[in-house]
Amino acid sequence: MKNWPLWEVFIRSKNGLSHKHVGSLHATDEVMAMENARDVYTRRMEGVSIWVVKSEYITASNPEEAGELFEPAQDKVYRHPTFYDLPDELKHI
Amino acid sequence: MKEQLIQYIVRLGDDSMILGHRLSELCGHGPALEIDMALTNISLDLFGQTRNYFTYAAELEGKGRTEDDFAYKRDIREFGNVLLTEQPNDDFAYVIARQFFFDSYHLPFLERLKNSKDERLAAIAAKSFKEVSYHLRFSTEWMKRLGGGTDESHSRLQTAVTDLWDYVGEMWQETDLDKELNQAGFAPDLKEVAKEAKAHIQDVLAEANIQAPDSTWSHSGGKKGIHSEHMGFILSDFQWMQRTYPNMEW
Repeated sequence: MKNWPLWEVFIRSKNGLSHKHVGSLHATDEVMAMENARDVYTRRMEGVSIWVVKSEYITASNPEEAGELFEPAQDKVYRHPTFYDLPDELKHI
Repeated sequence: MKEQLIQYIVRLGDDSMILGHRLSELCGHGPALEIDMALTNISLDLFGQTRNYFTYAAELEGKGRTEDDFAYKRDIREFGNVLLTEQPNDDFAYVIARQFFFDSYHLPFLERLKNSKDERLAAIAAKSFKEVSYHLRFSTEWMKRLGGGTDESHSRLQTAVTDLWDYVGEMWQETDLDKELNQAGFAPDLKEVAKEAKAHIQDVLAEANIQAPDSTWSHSGGKKGIHSEHMGFILSDFQWMQRTYPNMEW
């Protein structure tokens, strides 16, 4: 059982939203991974859709490179669309 | 007919409750966290069904009994679950084979119970049907996995199937109660249920490369309250609190 590969689980909580990472689990194949995800992560009505991905297929950024990857964005507030005056008639923005 | 209907509904509850109890024994003891939770989920589904059946039976009876009275205050001869459901968790292969045989019967049974003349019973069946669709999917996948897995998983599953085989036929053995309620439009025709169940069992055993014994002989008695030696132990565990401290509440 220790040899069972690790899978990452993504759940969409309702239609229209995107899938969100909720955790991981062990399973021998994709069918078992899907069943295990259902049994472990959707017991309390957490979702309407599940994705499972073998953890080995996920390429993660290196925490040591956080400086060069993320810090340059810190002083570029103009990238946020918060500098416009919106007319009052516009809703849901 | 009301008397018979109550008896029938309680019997359906007994199947779900005793199998649910067997699965609940594995809570915290599953072979892996994921499987532990899967089996516990199935157990909880079955207990939910039990409550629906017992609550309805108590209402029909109208004598002030509750679901708990049916669960905790009946003696062994009054339980009508099939013998398969009370068979022990000898190993994981037994757990899966027992579940697979029961689910293979349970799903086509509920599919037909949805058409019961009794609306409440039909509604309980419709809700349970969705749960049991998943149970059958789970146990079927595990049959294939164990059957096609290692030499050890295959031989253990073969042993479990051979040992449990003689308990399978009871599920579709018609008692007078089954026939009577079927003719009155309340209950499914077990011959039809058997046809569908047997076909599924045969397909999956073939795919799992497991030999089904030739025998068509089957134990019987559970439906009429004559149980295997395991049942007394189940009830002494299950009913201990109520028997020791009558009418205690949580």
